[in-house]
Amino acid sequence: MTQTTANPVTTSQTPGAAQPLLNVRKLNKMFGGLRAVNDFDMTIYPGELVGLIGPNGAGKTTCFNMISGLYTPTSGEIMLYGQNIAGLDPYEVTQMGVGRTFQNIRLFPNLSVLDNVRIAYHPHAGYSMIDAILRNKRYAAMERELTEKAQDFLAIFKLERIQDELAMNLPYGEQRRVEIARALASNPRLLLLDEPAAGMNPAEIVTLMELIHFVRDRFNLTILLIEHQMRFVMGICERITVMDFGEVIARGTPKEIQANPRVVEAYLGKGATHAA
Amino acid sequence: MELDPFSLLISIVKIAVVMAWVYGLLRVMGHASKWVKIGGVIALFAVVQIAILFPLNSPILNNFDTGLLFQACTITMVSLGLNLIYGFNGQFSLGQWGFYGIGAYTAADITYRWTNGDAGGLLVAGIGVVLIGLVILGLNRVLSRFRGLPVLSAFTLYLIGVAIAGAVAFFVGASLSPLLASLFGTSDVPGILRGDLAVQVVFVLSVLIAGAFAAEVAFLFGLPVLTLGSDYFGIATLGFTIVVNTLMVNSDTILPFPEMKGGRGMVGIPQVTTWFYAFVFLLGVVVVMRNVMHSSTGRAILSVREDETASKAMGINIANYKLLAFVTGSLFAGIGGGVYAHYIGFLSPGTFDFILGFNPLIIVVFGGLGSMTGTIVAGFFWMFFLEGMLRVLLGQLGTEAPTWRYVLYPITLLLMMLVRPKGLLGSVEWGFLKPRAVPRRETNQAANGLAGIAPVVK
Repeated sequence: MTQTTANPVTTSQTPGAAQPLLNVRKLNKMFGGLRAVNDFDMTIYPGELVGLIGPNGAGKTTCFNMISGLYTPTSGEIMLYGQNIAGLDPYEVTQMGVGRTFQNIRLFPNLSVLDNVRIAYHPHAGYSMIDAILRNKRYAAMERELTEKAQDFLAIFKLERIQDELAMNLPYGEQRRVEIARALASNPRLLLLDEPAAGMNPAEIVTLMELIHFVRDRFNLTILLIEHQMRFVMGICERITVMDFGEVIARGTPKEIQANPRVVEAYLGKGATHAA
Repeated sequence: MELDPFSLLISIVKIAVVMAWVYGLLRVMGHASKWVKIGGVIALFAVVQIAILFPLNSPILNNFDTGLLFQACTITMVSLGLNLIYGFNGQFSLGQWGFYGIGAYTAADITYRWTNGDAGGLLVAGIGVVLIGLVILGLNRVLSRFRGLPVLSAFTLYLIGVAIAGAVAFFVGASLSPLLASLFGTSDVPGILRGDLAVQVVFVLSVLIAGAFAAEVAFLFGLPVLTLGSDYFGIATLGFTIVVNTLMVNSDTILPFPEMKGGRGMVGIPQVTTWFYAFVFLLGVVVVMRNVMHSSTGRAILSVREDETASKAMGINIANYKLLAFVTGSLFAGIGGGVYAHYIGFLSPGTFDFILGFNPLIIVVFGGLGSMTGTIVAGFFWMFFLEGMLRVLLGQLGTEAPTWRYVLYPITLLLMMLVRPKGLLGSVEWGFLKPRAVPRRETNQAANGLAGIAPVVK
């Protein structure tokens, strides 16, 4: 389905000028008696690149899972362009323009790289199963268009040479790239990256940073990412939100965050500020 | 009694010829030229047809071999359906045999009644299947607007809708059928509807109705049950097969179908399945399955097997695709059942016992999960090896000896799984079933600028 609506994203870098793309208010998630996320608030404006950091178990991935629909929030609102998406099914959230990658890579292991990306086009395939069974012109045209688009994506990520390889046979770095390509192919306005740099060496991280900058500018994206590698987060994010024990403990620019005593304390323990 | 080495050789040659025939068929169907394709398929069909008919007194393929061939076709249809559910969509199902049985009995009842001068079976089943189909599609459209509707509520609504549609179909069909009675004539003075042509047409319709009916039952059953995790789903579908079998055994007592004769088995079904019908229905199933699997829908079905969470994150409504695969797989089973029912003209509930329901599962695993070619090859091989070769050869050793085939064939399976754990063909596909290779895009296009690419965000 080729919709020709103008993209409402204005690449304004000044928070407050535009309507927020994502506005999360008082988000809570309880697992039984455990409060995994407590009154999480976050506002992201179109075109921003925002980081979400915090020690292990702080509730970052839980927040991601709620935004992408995998978890239903216990309470709270997730407004995407002014529309509440809390509690929608993941496939609906994706179709509304939220793409994501996973902390532990979740490719379709026994499918080719090309098929991995082509699957992301399925909601917009433009032909039905009946067209496929009859193998009519619509099928042929749409399938060709979809395949070419997928191959363009592979080319952007320099994966076109391995389009026929099974995803499970790829080295780690390439699997990450395929996953990002796949997420982008689902046509998101907001891209959620869960630890994109995990397991990468410093050289690969530099490449990844360039790649993320590139896709943001190229596709007019807004990006929210979780990451542990401080070099990476501080180098790429414009704003950072820090979580600990399910609560937001700090927000600000990378510089402000680095100087924030509560953040240092959360990462290094009490007394670290004095020692430093 | 002794083993005749000559008949061993004959059996092996037979299996080899059948395998070569299957390979040839898939290759020819995959040929680029339309005329080679059509001509080749007709030629391969004709070769078998000639072998069935000539020489007149002792044809190359005797009745026994022909029977094997028909059964191979039906079991392959059933197994292809199961491969769609289990191999491609990852839902372990033991219900396939139940849908096979439903298809067989539905089709048999329609043609049985018809040849006995009663059009009611065809009318009720035909109208019922269409009405129920429309109700399901209509309700599906309406219910998709309601968010967060619990599955069981949806199921209840579907059930009510289907019951109403069924009742309407019954009354309409039953009141229309006497109007046709005069056209049937009596058994002494047969009317036009008792003619050969009419029976052939009714047979084809009955097979299609049987498939559609099995698919509709699969929809109603699958809607709540597919929400279960895979192992629990397997158990539930096993239960389904047992329920269907029990209903068959008691079809004349607790169900209003005296002509099915319960556990004694249904006799008097017109034997209209010919090689032509077996071949055409098999071909139809293969073509539909391949066209679905090589499309975006097929990729969505595969993605559910590969990783449900990632599939959801790609915007795929996985519940719908599980249901779609389950319903389509059951459609194939129902069609297979309809073809089977009209081959020997006798249906026994024993055929549809759940223990035998493992046969398609064995074929699917033997051929390779997720390989259509594997299932087709394994379906034909299984039939000709187990029934064609082992039974014949062991039969020469003594009257009870054929029982040994159930020892020999599990051992064969075991050895095969040890040697080739991914199945006979793994995920290899032949000719027609091979996905068309996608040529790589020119690399310089990528190099000379990412800017050259059409924007994706529209």
